[in-house]
Amino acid sequence: MSTEQILSSDGLPLEVSLRKAERKNKLKALFLVGPLFLFLIITYVFPIGDMLFRSIDDRKITKMLPNTFTAIEKWDGQNLPEEPVYAALYEDLAYLKKTKTYGKIIARLNYEKGGFSSLIKKTVRKLGKFEDGNYKEQFINVHKRWGQPEYLVALKNAAPNWTYAKYLKGVDLKFDQNGDIVQQPEDRRIHKILWLRTLKVAFWVTIFCFILAYPISYLLATLPMKYSNLLMICVLLPFWTSLLVRTSSWMVLLQQQGPINDLIVMLGLAANDNRPELMYNVIGTFVAMTQILLPFMVLPLYSVMKTISPSLMRAGKSLGGTPFVAFRKIYFPLTVPGIGAGSLLVFILAIGYYITPALVGGASGSLISNTIAYHMKSSLDWSFAAALGTMLLVGVLTIYWIYNKLVGIDNIKLG
Amino acid sequence: MSLPTYTAWNYRIWHYTYLTICGLVFFFLIAPLFIILPLSFNAEQYIHFSAKMLALDPEGFSLRWYEDMIYGTKNPWGLAAKNSIIIAFFATIGSTILGTVAALGLSSRHMPYKAAFMALLISPMIVPLIISGTAIFFFMAKVGLAATHTGIVLAHIILGTPFVVITVTATLTGFDHSVTRAAASLGSNPVNTFMKITLPLILPGVISGALFAFVTSFDEVVVVLFLAGLETTTIPIQMWVGLREQLSPTIMAVATCLILMSTLILVSAELLRRRSERLRGINR
Repeated sequence: MSTEQILSSDGLPLEVSLRKAERKNKLKALFLVGPLFLFLIITYVFPIGDMLFRSIDDRKITKMLPNTFTAIEKWDGQNLPEEPVYAALYEDLAYLKKTKTYGKIIARLNYEKGGFSSLIKKTVRKLGKFEDGNYKEQFINVHKRWGQPEYLVALKNAAPNWTYAKYLKGVDLKFDQNGDIVQQPEDRRIHKILWLRTLKVAFWVTIFCFILAYPISYLLATLPMKYSNLLMICVLLPFWTSLLVRTSSWMVLLQQQGPINDLIVMLGLAANDNRPELMYNVIGTFVAMTQILLPFMVLPLYSVMKTISPSLMRAGKSLGGTPFVAFRKIYFPLTVPGIGAGSLLVFILAIGYYITPALVGGASGSLISNTIAYHMKSSLDWSFAAALGTMLLVGVLTIYWIYNKLVGIDNIKLG
Repeated sequence: MSLPTYTAWNYRIWHYTYLTICGLVFFFLIAPLFIILPLSFNAEQYIHFSAKMLALDPEGFSLRWYEDMIYGTKNPWGLAAKNSIIIAFFATIGSTILGTVAALGLSSRHMPYKAAFMALLISPMIVPLIISGTAIFFFMAKVGLAATHTGIVLAHIILGTPFVVITVTATLTGFDHSVTRAAASLGSNPVNTFMKITLPLILPGVISGALFAFVTSFDEVVVVLFLAGLETTTIPIQMWVGLREQLSPTIMAVATCLILMSTLILVSAELLRRRSERLRGINR
């Protein structure tokens, strides 16, 4: 090996000089991406992390009942706890009564076990009459539930700072009194159905989109430019039109006195006074979502089909294949990347759909996003909404990761 | 597509069946949009084709719902339109600048961890809106920007940038870097080079990205549902509220205006795409 170094014009070894120049270019590129990157980290990535945090955060109640939770930690959960636990509970409740903030623990404890609402309210009301010493007996005299171990177990279960109870609730499981994971009671198992329905709708919408998109993408890719440009408008106009406009047009079409029902009656498929319900159920969700997401399937398929040379099919046919065989053995395999890209895109978008199911889906056609919105806006169980959101997010990011591996993010095409 | 004369009859049948299927799918795609147009000119109060309308009697049609949309005392469309336009305008400017600059960096040969950065910058487009909405709502409430125009504009910048990044990176593939090197060798500084050489060449991509960002902001409803207050209501919010109560003909009138707008945007986006392909020397 030669020991002589090649020097650049400024007297540095070439290798060092090159590395310096490359580092400068690298920094320049990073500097350009920097502003958007920082902006997204602060306003987007950090808030999503915060949401994840919120779903397991249970510190609010720990702060409100600090003495009780310290005292109850040593209790084994079998027989009734000893005097110190009740004394600590008295101290905490007296403070909460003084600051008038005891209402906040009621809701939280009611999630743990029903019946805490009246228990806490009654106890707080009578707190002024308590005498020093022998708190255990006085508590049980105020309300007999203080003498039932399951209520104290529930209290103990609420003690840890962090909990994944909301995630269990999201798949219809819960902690029982002994801290074991069990199924929710039968009438409360609603989330598993919801997850399955969301997956089912996303899956079938993807299939329908594929079936409808494949023939028209082929037509668009094989027609001469001047015709295909015109037809492309049929795909792009819905793509550029407001989602709410498209959903409202489906509401017009599918309503009971709407054109589609008129047609069904006219064809004699149903009696006029017995018009089928096309909206506010899962049919409405299927039809509207398929039409709305169809362009997202057509565009990737079209851009792949556009690159397939027609001479390949001609070669297949000239070698003795029927058009069907040529299609199956030559054309179809070449379009698989487009099918993958389109299907993953449609599936990702469908699984998180909110507006359309909320407007045309009714109760039986609503999806997981609608439940998240319900807990955000109506029941105000934000940590549960955050837990469901995190579960959905993990699912979507997994598909996104697969998409990135198979298709590559840079290959997303828009119009 | 005409068939050669020697085509066998069974292929002929198959061919026409295929064309019929395609026609039906195109109809399925486009027809729902056109159902709205005539209904917005309905003289009656119901969303229904009245007998007079079907007979094309002029009395069956009227502009009363458009009047109601513009002059109706109880209708909040004026405020909503103003808010939507202001928010979309600033969100578009923000997304376009941030997205274009980031796309320039991402397209550089020297960019490290390109795929990882790209995946992160595109993620607001992929993550379900309900999750983005929840997360952004918590954040904006914490920093005191919930129910303000600024908060909504920031949220829409987040949602709009992926589109700008995608369109501008697409324009930059196949970009001839020797022209910027030529400018630099002639003594131009990087900012000047960008303004005089790069920007004019990638402008079609930038504008079509900006159009995407504008439409995203103008149509966006899920995140705004969490962030909007009474004073910051937008057109999509009003449509959402109206659709949840009942289908009113005024909503059909608003929808018609929106369809008109999207047609205009589609035409400009198409023209820009063709211009961009011509500028980059891609002939099809």
